[in-house]
Amino acid sequence: MIKVDNLHKSYGKLDVLKGINTSIKEGEVVAVIGPSGSGKSTFLRCLNLLEQPTEGQIWIKESNITDNKTNIMKVREHVGMVFQHFHLFPHKTVLDNLTYAPMKVKGLSKQEAQKQGRELLKKVGLADKEKQYPNKLSGGQKQRVAIARALAMNPDVMLFDEPTSALDPEMVKEVLAVMKDLVHTGMTMVIVTHEMGFAREVADRILFLDGGNLVEDAPPSEFFSSPKSKRAQDFLEKVL
Amino acid sequence: MTLKVVAVAAVIGIILGIILSLMKISRIKPLNWIADFYTSIFRGTPLVLQLMLIYFGSPQLFGVQIEAFEAAFLSFGLNSAAYISEVIRGGINAVDKGQREAALALGVPYSSMMISIILPQAFKNILPALMNEFITLTKESAIVTTIGLADIMRRSYIVGGDTYKFFEPILFAGLIYYVMVMILTVIGKLIEGRMKRSD
Ligand SMILES: Nc1ncnc2c1ncn2[C@@H]1O[C@H](COP(=O)(O)OP(=O)(O)O)[C@@H](O)[C@H]1O
Ligand SMILES: [Mg+2]
Repeated sequence: MIKVDNLHKSYGKLDVLKGINTSIKEGEVVAVIGPSGSGKSTFLRCLNLLEQPTEGQIWIKESNITDNKTNIMKVREHVGMVFQHFHLFPHKTVLDNLTYAPMKVKGLSKQEAQKQGRELLKKVGLADKEKQYPNKLSGGQKQRVAIARALAMNPDVMLFDEPTSALDPEMVKEVLAVMKDLVHTGMTMVIVTHEMGFAREVADRILFLDGGNLVEDAPPSEFFSSPKSKRAQDFLEKVL
Repeated sequence: MTLKVVAVAAVIGIILGIILSLMKISRIKPLNWIADFYTSIFRGTPLVLQLMLIYFGSPQLFGVQIEAFEAAFLSFGLNSAAYISEVIRGGINAVDKGQREAALALGVPYSSMMISIILPQAFKNILPALMNEFITLTKESAIVTTIGLADIMRRSYIVGGDTYKFFEPILFAGLIYYVMVMILTVIGKLIEGRMKRSD
């Protein structure tokens, strides 16, 4: 599904990713963890080309997205992204947030887009909010709308960049619940998170990044009970 | 006449202002230079000079002598585009960077992102500044008398010249300008109120 080969990213002299190699199978749920500044967001953002890799190659499904000939827009259609700070469109209602891209990008009719949008809102438990503007919603509700908005494009992969980090503790649960539902549908997911309990519970694999290197790649049972590297041991000691 | 000049100039100003502001934020350097140069020319010289240059210089510039009315809305439009482009550029930069990323991540192309995501939010923030620009334009339009256009000011001179009483006609002209500016202000507030729905 996703194959990452020798991925480098630098900003000027600063090497943020120093040669990441990994692959992710269809339906797999991968949690990316690591200290702040280790390059987790940058890694994720390279997967939908919000950041242009400096070196290396990335394949999603059959297409090499780092090839200049590949249409970036087409790639992004198939890769959904959820941000830490939601980034809902504040001047559009909840339902319009969900229908905008499917209509504009995929050419769905308004009726089709709205029907689909309402179904998704029901799935994330916000069917009654369709006419609201985002600023009226709580953080947890905003993030659930943001997840629904990404799903409205019917993506093959969903990327999450610390989806619960900006939320008050009591709202974290509702967002994680929606994500768990998504796991059960078989969606391929890459999740940057500090929620270790959640990662342990739902992830098939843990990727541990430190200083721009992929230091460990292991199933959660292995990673959490017997991390191989010193750096992962230190990190887990701090967060657990 | 004043109203017509201001209205046409405002439309030119907004459309050209949007284009210039997009050129200014573009990654293509020559576009930045052209837009910045344009702005510095129109901000760095008096409006009355631009007006006269376009009117009296039209045979050299366009190959035909244009009407005073055309010269008026052209120079005001081109001039206010320079100011408006700065206002819009500020408005675009003030929109959260995440909005752009969210749109791009959904596969929305650049042009649609600008038109339906970024610019509406930018306009909401800059509406007061934009209204100010139009109010200034309305008042400054009085200089069209210099090229002989019969606007409010000129008519009040004419009436004054006929009756040898200048105080009342000019006071009356002032009142008309004042009413026009007040109407503009009210319209601005109404649009602002409509846009606040999403807050
Ligand atoms: N646009 C940018 N320009 C320069 N440096 C950046 C940029 N984005 C991220 N960085 C740097 O890259 C490093 C990794 O950032 P990031 O991927 O956000 O880490 P994480 O998500 O793991 O906290 C940090 O040192 C950060 O300062
Ligand atoms: Mg991050």
